[in-house]
Amino acid sequence: MSDKPKVAFYWCASCGGCEEAVVDLAEKILDVAAAVEIVFWPVAMDFKRADVEAMEDGEIFAAFINGAVRTTEQEEMVRLLRAKSQAVVAFGSCAHLGGIPGLANLWDRETIFRTVYEDSPTTDNPDRIHPLQRYRDNGHEVELPGFFDTVRSLDQVVEVDYVIPGCAPMPDVISNAVATLLSGDLPPAGTVLTPDVALCEGCPRIDSKPEHLTISEFKRPHEVLVDEEVCLLAQGLLCLGPATRGGCGAVCIEGNMPCTGCFGPTSHVRDQGGKYLAAITSLVDADDPETIERILASIPDPVGTFYRYGLPGSLLHRKRMPVDA
Amino acid sequence: MSETHDAGQQVDGFEPRIVAFFCNWCTYLAADLAGTSRMKYAPNARVIRVMCSGRVDPQFVMEALAQGADGVLIGGCHPGDCHYQSGNYKALRRYHLLRRMLTDLGVEEKRIRLEWISAAEADKLRDVMNEMVAEIRALGPAHLEVPDESFEELEEVTV
Amino acid sequence: MPEPAARTSGNGNGTPRIGVYVCHCGTNIASTIDVAAAQRAAESLPGVVLSREYKYMCSDPGQEMIKDDIRDHGLERVVVASCSPCLHEETFRTAIADGGINPYFFQMVNIREHDSWVHKDMAAATAKANDLIRAAVRRVRFHQPLEARRVPIDPKVLVLGGGIAGIHAALTLANAGKQVYLVEREPSIGGHMAMFDKTFPTLDCAACILTPKMTQVRNHPNITIWTMSDVVEVDGFVGNYKVKVKHRPRYILEEACVGCLECIDACVFRRGKTPDEFNLGLSKRKPIYIPFPQAVPQVVLIDPDTCIEFRTGKCKKTCIEVCADRNAIDFTQTETFDEVEVGSIVVATGFKAFDAGRLPQYGYGRYDGVYTALEVERLVNASGPTEGKIVLRDGREPERIGIIHCIGSRDKNTNVYCSRVCCMYSLKLAHLLQEKTNAEIYEFYIDMRTAGKGFEEFMLRVKSEGVHMIRGKVSDVYPEAGGTGRVVLQAEDSLAGMVRKIPVDMVVLATGLEPQPDAEDVRRIFNITCAGGGFFMERHPKLAPVSTFTDGVFLAGACQAPKDIPDTVAQAGAAAAEALALIDHGYIELEPNTAYVVAEECSGCKTCLGLCPFSAITRVDGKAQINPVLCKGCGTCVAACPSGAIKQNLFEDEEIYEEIMGVLAHV
Repeated sequence: MSDKPKVAFYWCASCGGCEEAVVDLAEKILDVAAAVEIVFWPVAMDFKRADVEAMEDGEIFAAFINGAVRTTEQEEMVRLLRAKSQAVVAFGSCAHLGGIPGLANLWDRETIFRTVYEDSPTTDNPDRIHPLQRYRDNGHEVELPGFFDTVRSLDQVVEVDYVIPGCAPMPDVISNAVATLLSGDLPPAGTVLTPDVALCEGCPRIDSKPEHLTISEFKRPHEVLVDEEVCLLAQGLLCLGPATRGGCGAVCIEGNMPCTGCFGPTSHVRDQGGKYLAAITSLVDADDPETIERILASIPDPVGTFYRYGLPGSLLHRKRMPVDA
Repeated sequence: MSETHDAGQQVDGFEPRIVAFFCNWCTYLAADLAGTSRMKYAPNARVIRVMCSGRVDPQFVMEALAQGADGVLIGGCHPGDCHYQSGNYKALRRYHLLRRMLTDLGVEEKRIRLEWISAAEADKLRDVMNEMVAEIRALGPAHLEVPDESFEELEEVTV
Repeated sequence: MPEPAARTSGNGNGTPRIGVYVCHCGTNIASTIDVAAAQRAAESLPGVVLSREYKYMCSDPGQEMIKDDIRDHGLERVVVASCSPCLHEETFRTAIADGGINPYFFQMVNIREHDSWVHKDMAAATAKANDLIRAAVRRVRFHQPLEARRVPIDPKVLVLGGGIAGIHAALTLANAGKQVYLVEREPSIGGHMAMFDKTFPTLDCAACILTPKMTQVRNHPNITIWTMSDVVEVDGFVGNYKVKVKHRPRYILEEACVGCLECIDACVFRRGKTPDEFNLGLSKRKPIYIPFPQAVPQVVLIDPDTCIEFRTGKCKKTCIEVCADRNAIDFTQTETFDEVEVGSIVVATGFKAFDAGRLPQYGYGRYDGVYTALEVERLVNASGPTEGKIVLRDGREPERIGIIHCIGSRDKNTNVYCSRVCCMYSLKLAHLLQEKTNAEIYEFYIDMRTAGKGFEEFMLRVKSEGVHMIRGKVSDVYPEAGGTGRVVLQAEDSLAGMVRKIPVDMVVLATGLEPQPDAEDVRRIFNITCAGGGFFMERHPKLAPVSTFTDGVFLAGACQAPKDIPDTVAQAGAAAAEALALIDHGYIELEPNTAYVVAEECSGCKTCLGLCPFSAITRVDGKAQINPVLCKGCGTCVAACPSGAIKQNLFEDEEIYEEIMGVLAHV
């Protein structure tokens, strides 16, 4: 038994990108492996759930959980890890805010199942069978996790101690965060482990952004030949940089694409989408309703754009559930 | 209890809860004037005073809805008359996109209302209040709370 | 007297100690709201250590009670539920300051104007009061100890515009001992009034009453006159303005010129060839000229566009020859600038007459006999282009004259408003023209607006002199058949019920008053607004007609709205008085509801910079910064900041969220 701090990794409703991000630490992963003892990592190692259940409460130093909570199994696992861990770290946008799976909160389970298992063009399911939680056949029993109507971020299920943001977090963000946690000099509980300032501060194009920017049309990236030197918002693209925490090195901007908001808002904001809406509408170059509507019509999908990663974590959490007649 | 009754409303006892953000220089004074004139209107709204309709952060509207408001009313000065020259234009621009985004999230348009009410327009204030309460009463509660979910009874099929 | 309660920072958990007072306001509140129930409900709110009801909170005993409670119970926050804050917020803030706590540790709840006076059902009204009180109790916990800021006032004043408004304001201020910079765009002060002949209703000679005031201005030790000058930049805020003034070159040394005018006679031009601006093009002037004989300063100027020396460099310069002993002519002059510091500004930039050419149906510019009213003022004036004789462009004396009201006024195609002075000046011109020509005069009017002192009497007098009044708007002006040189004025006489076609030799168009064409540019320089027709906007149409929403900038005269000379002078005096009130007080106190940037939280995203109409936000070292004296406290930037880095004193996000939670809690 080593005395290295024990860490666990788990994935909920996620794409696997956060797991890749850990692997992307490349050489640095050896430093991580040297500094900690990994006791649970379904994607990469063979530990079982029962191994975790057998641990003492608080035996795990830190559990790095990525993905949103979407099924009963995920809820059970995160509760289990919470009980067994001193610190729970929400890893990546899905755990932090709900992430892209969170956009499923525009629908409910019924609608999703009907679309996936009945209505989609290549599905052949004449008996309209949906997945159910228990199936018995010939004395055998199979259980599937329950599928919630509402996707939740990790902190909506268990108490979260720290957040490593991003979709997926960058290698240096991860290694800095892990180093902080291992240093013993722990920041206050609830801290997001990147600077608490919006992306524009570190953006290489900030000098090209006009001081009195006004917008008379919004563009989507495929509609313009994007100038590689000029601020993207100034070119009419919906760059969420002003409303998004920095610390990512502005990699998307360096790739000539607008920020989509994956690091979430600063700590002084309750709803990232709402704040971004406030900021860009303030810049719209119109004072009468008709022109305002015309300009805003060039934003095709406000929810998808402003809450790409953060719908569950927003103030309203989801589209209203269908109201029974 | 409402001060006006519209014929044909569902009488199920639902009283809309409305949060109103009124600008200090126009709409708040109009509400004061309605008071000094002893006008009567539905008591469903709760007024929160801000200096300008431009102070109204979309987050306030969303927090109000999340906390259980059935409707939100924003009152500001007429275009061109803003005490701070242009705050109401920013409010107008935000309102347009916010209302569209909220309808995408299932909040009916009629629940979020922006009205230009000058300090002299106490009667407009009264009418807006009564109208909004009636409209939202007809729409029913906003029901924006996220239901708790549990799977006590597992869905199952036996072959 | 019990021992004063220990003043801890709360109930041990950091919650400040809150006192809540629910007022009966006699029966105004108590007849519709169960005040006792509201008081009881407030008792159990978190942080409330004391909850009282009282008949009249704003009374002296009511206020004393609050002060006693602060002392005896260690109150740290106070909530009063009574009438509108617009009435008594200051009263209670002062009271609690007297009681020893910061005046901004106070929140007022409006349960009268917004509740008891507008609802009938007691249960609903009381529930509403409880919600509002709960919201205030939650909010007031987050209040910060703020201080109203004091800003000193520089006693110097800048007056922009040297017409009668600017002149009167400048003299009033200068006589009160203040130093005044009078900045005028034209080569002389005097404005439009200097162009008039006689003024209504007394028929005083305009020059006779104006020129003594102009001389007073010239001689006054406290007034610096800058003509040929414009304000190009204004920085700063009330009490501390920095104004940059540009002086256009006259090519004359003002101190050296004595106004003998010999240079004009000596000019190589035998006769004037350039349309004279002061005479509206009805006569011609030379390149070296003085706008009018009584100009102040009494100094000529050279027009570089027509002077041969400027155009070719090869003039004999006979002007310099006759000025040898004074040496006042200087062809090398250039634009210069001055920067001055003043505490207040009076904007008195006057009006522009409506351009009659915009309404071609009246024939201006097409038919020789059609004149604007201002042109006729110059004709009638003894020092005008025709030395006071009424002579048409073709040399004839008119025998029949038509005066058409409302040209460019009361017209939805041009200006909807009434220009207020035209009925009176049309009557005046009718009188003067008849005196000089004995012509038949026809006044075509819509209404006769003779609302001032002596105005109705003047109209009756002019009527009695035989001027024909026809109630009908002229719809067409066309040449009389047969080549008589006359034009026919066609109008429906609405009182007689018939269409009249009246041939006249001379048409006088009563053109309306418009804002100056550069009003939009000027307003931006001073951070004021244009409204209602493009005139500068006053702070309040009834109660604050000479101030603007920019503290320290005042308005006087026709630049604020069309008006006649008596009203202009009155308004100019009022503007001077407001400026003097500011100066005498010595400082101004600002409500501390300004926005501020927390620099560590600001990302420098620049979203806020263009949003402030008062230019209070600038970018310094990569971050936004708000000037608290320029900031008016609207909070627009606070809502727009996508990082939440801008906050607003007295209206913090947390405070508003607490109100939202408070009104929606329970149930």
